[in-house]
Amino acid sequence: MSPDKRPIAPGSQEPTSTDAFIKGLWRDNPVFVQVLGMCPVLAVSNTAENALAMGLATCFVLFMSNTLVSSLRNFIPKQVRITAFIIIIATFVTITDYAIQAIRVELHKSLGAFISLIVANCLILGRAEAFASKNSIGKSMLDALGMGFGFVFALFCLGAVRELLGNGTLFGLMIFPDSFQEWIVMILPAGGFFTLAIWLLLFNGIKTKKATT
Amino acid sequence: MNGESIWLIFINASLVNNFVLAYFLGICPFLGVSGKMETATKMGGAVTFVMLISSMCAYGIHALLVAINAPFLQLISFIVVIASTVQLVEMFIKKMSPSLFRALGIFLPLITTNCAILGLALFQTNKGYGFGESIVYALGAGAGFTLALVLIAKLREKLEYAEVPKIVKGTALTLLIAGILSLTFMGFAGLGSQ
Repeated sequence: MSPDKRPIAPGSQEPTSTDAFIKGLWRDNPVFVQVLGMCPVLAVSNTAENALAMGLATCFVLFMSNTLVSSLRNFIPKQVRITAFIIIIATFVTITDYAIQAIRVELHKSLGAFISLIVANCLILGRAEAFASKNSIGKSMLDALGMGFGFVFALFCLGAVRELLGNGTLFGLMIFPDSFQEWIVMILPAGGFFTLAIWLLLFNGIKTKKATT
Repeated sequence: MNGESIWLIFINASLVNNFVLAYFLGICPFLGVSGKMETATKMGGAVTFVMLISSMCAYGIHALLVAINAPFLQLISFIVVIASTVQLVEMFIKKMSPSLFRALGIFLPLITTNCAILGLALFQTNKGYGFGESIVYALGAGAGFTLALVLIAKLREKLEYAEVPKIVKGTALTLLIAGILSLTFMGFAGLGSQ
């Protein structure tokens, strides 16, 4: 994949609003199709709970920053827009960070620095730049929700598989009988790469099948 | 200060806890610019350089924020400083080597959103490293990032000529190689622990 061919800014020509929502969930799924925001996807998807929490936190930040960026789009000078976007995003991430710390300390501990690292999630900056800075508030909100839930969905897919195979549990509940031998590798970093690769294969497979029939 | 020797910090950041393969930081450029050996080394160099500068800045900012008792500003000030550093580096590269500038393309501004750099700033603050230790940590992390990038670039160059099923081509294949690389890097675990 050459740098200039990467789909950084797809879908800025959406016709209807429901379309804007659906495309993020499936057709332009941020993780499986656009391969954006990989770092948190791989790093905190070792259990389903972590994955879900991380996904929701990202979704919240994405929604808030998209809304704010869109409402300020006529006031932000073009030259400093990236900096302005980043400051907006960083503000919401700080809020999320403190909120999670207040609600569940254990969760905050297990997610660690990765909550702060939502700032550096290319998905959020990408949506701010490619969509929210050009579209109305309502559309940007829908876009953020679609992309956000697409992200949550993808993270959950990864987290569930990794927890199930690596630990034999789902949300901490034992699924497999005691005789199940855990695949430790799934919890380890390497497992993250493998699981994501397999999900991508699945998506590619479905796509090629659709294209041929 | 936690008594780690400089050497240990370096080994730790570059091999044992490799930023890309163990912490999953900087995956976007890792997947994006690892297609060619040449761009991979240059990208590694650029990232290491930005890491070094932002690590020094982060140390200063942290000290300042502790002094004025405003830790909630940490994230915002880190990211702003990193963004401006990247901008400076970008202007510098554009002036010095336009061909490199074109080769790096969109990924140069994207260093801003490279989690490896922000992650480095956050980790060194969490670990309470001093100024010297921070610099070594940044160098180690940069070396580790470059190493991972170069390794994967080389592997991908070889695989260009291999016949793989069509659906595996592209990102999925890179991820599979990365997984195997990550497994091999686990062999370094234990290295450097006292």
